[in-house]
Amino acid sequence: MATEAAQDAAAGAAAHGAAGQSSGMPQLDFSTWGNQIFWLLVTLVVIYFVLSRVVMPRIASVLAERNGTITNDLAAAEELKQKALEAEKAYNEALATARAEAAKIVAQARADIQKDLDKATAKADAEIAAKTAESEKKIAEIRAGAMESVTEVAKDTAKELVAVLGGKADAKSVTAAVNALLKG
Amino acid sequence: MNVAAEGESTGFNIHPMDQFVVKPLFGGDTIEWYTITNVTMWMGIAVLAIIALMVLGTSRRAIIPSRTQSIAELIYGFIYKMVEDVAGHDGVKYFPYVLTLFLFILFSNLLGLLPKSFTTTSHVAVTVTLALMVFLGVTLLGLYKQGIGFLGMFWVTSAPLAIRPILAVIEVISYFVRPVSHSIRLAGNLMAGHAVIKVIAGFASMAVVSPVVVGAVTAIYGLELLVAVVQAYVFTILTCVYLRDAVGGAHH
Repeated sequence: MATEAAQDAAAGAAAHGAAGQSSGMPQLDFSTWGNQIFWLLVTLVVIYFVLSRVVMPRIASVLAERNGTITNDLAAAEELKQKALEAEKAYNEALATARAEAAKIVAQARADIQKDLDKATAKADAEIAAKTAESEKKIAEIRAGAMESVTEVAKDTAKELVAVLGGKADAKSVTAAVNALLKG
Repeated sequence: MNVAAEGESTGFNIHPMDQFVVKPLFGGDTIEWYTITNVTMWMGIAVLAIIALMVLGTSRRAIIPSRTQSIAELIYGFIYKMVEDVAGHDGVKYFPYVLTLFLFILFSNLLGLLPKSFTTTSHVAVTVTLALMVFLGVTLLGLYKQGIGFLGMFWVTSAPLAIRPILAVIEVISYFVRPVSHSIRLAGNLMAGHAVIKVIAGFASMAVVSPVVVGAVTAIYGLELLVAVVQAYVFTILTCVYLRDAVGGAHH
């Protein structure tokens, strides 16, 4: 019994030991190191050559090209901006010139109109003055005519009155009397 | 038999490390250095994926890039800027090598997240080789470029004279620990994450907890995606930092 148990234990231990070896740490199984190191070196050399011969020149050129494109685009944008600024300046200048021109034209027109107006006013004043003078002359004539008529009427009336009253009217004395009265 | 019976009795049959076993692809038991194994296959798939993205994706050379070309240009620009910023202008010469490292680690990490796949970067053999290449490359480059003056980086002139020897010892130790931490960090992160996913997934055979397990595996998968990208980034930026020492950007 005892020996059997001991044998069992030994077999178990042996089996366990074997299992432990196979499922221990494969990392520390130095018999595979040579293989791993060899293939690692092959892999690294392959990656290195692929990268340095193909990938890196390609990516470097793409990046350089992109940078160049971006720089060119920025320069072009800057140039266009400058042009736009110049155009704006030119536009503003043209606007200012046009405004000044318009102001000048307006002033000119105003001066012309004023001159015409002055001329017309003077002419109208002259005509008015002429007409006034003429009217005054006419009025004076009319007034003189009226005075004459009044004198004649007064003489005639006086002669008639004298005749009616039975007097013999001396034409000369009547006229003198009427004239004296009119003057008085 | 015994193990299987044990597995049956406890209800779980979890072998989290089986996914890391290196196997010959076309039969046979012995693994010689030239044997085509699953390592070969998954490294080849990584190469094909890199070619698909970086070569086929940019084949149109468009001024206005397509989506794939955009991603390729983004990776290129990201690593280029990293090298330029961290390693300095003199380091830009080594940009192709840094980009190779980054793409290989990134694609290996991400391909390793496919179900049933094999994660090449979870193997210490791979990461130690990568780290030693960086370490030896940087050391030799530094000695070639700066001559004996390269050793001046161990002699901290800004410290008081009395503690400079002590600092020199510490600096030398930390310099030689670099490749160790550089490699173990990557392999450890990848291995731990994949093993944890396997272990948790194994619990799914218990019907009661399987909904929880599905949720947990989903969450950890998301975390592992992050880890895959971040570890590739960390390995690359550390390479740039070491490179700066060699090209003489830091210690003058």
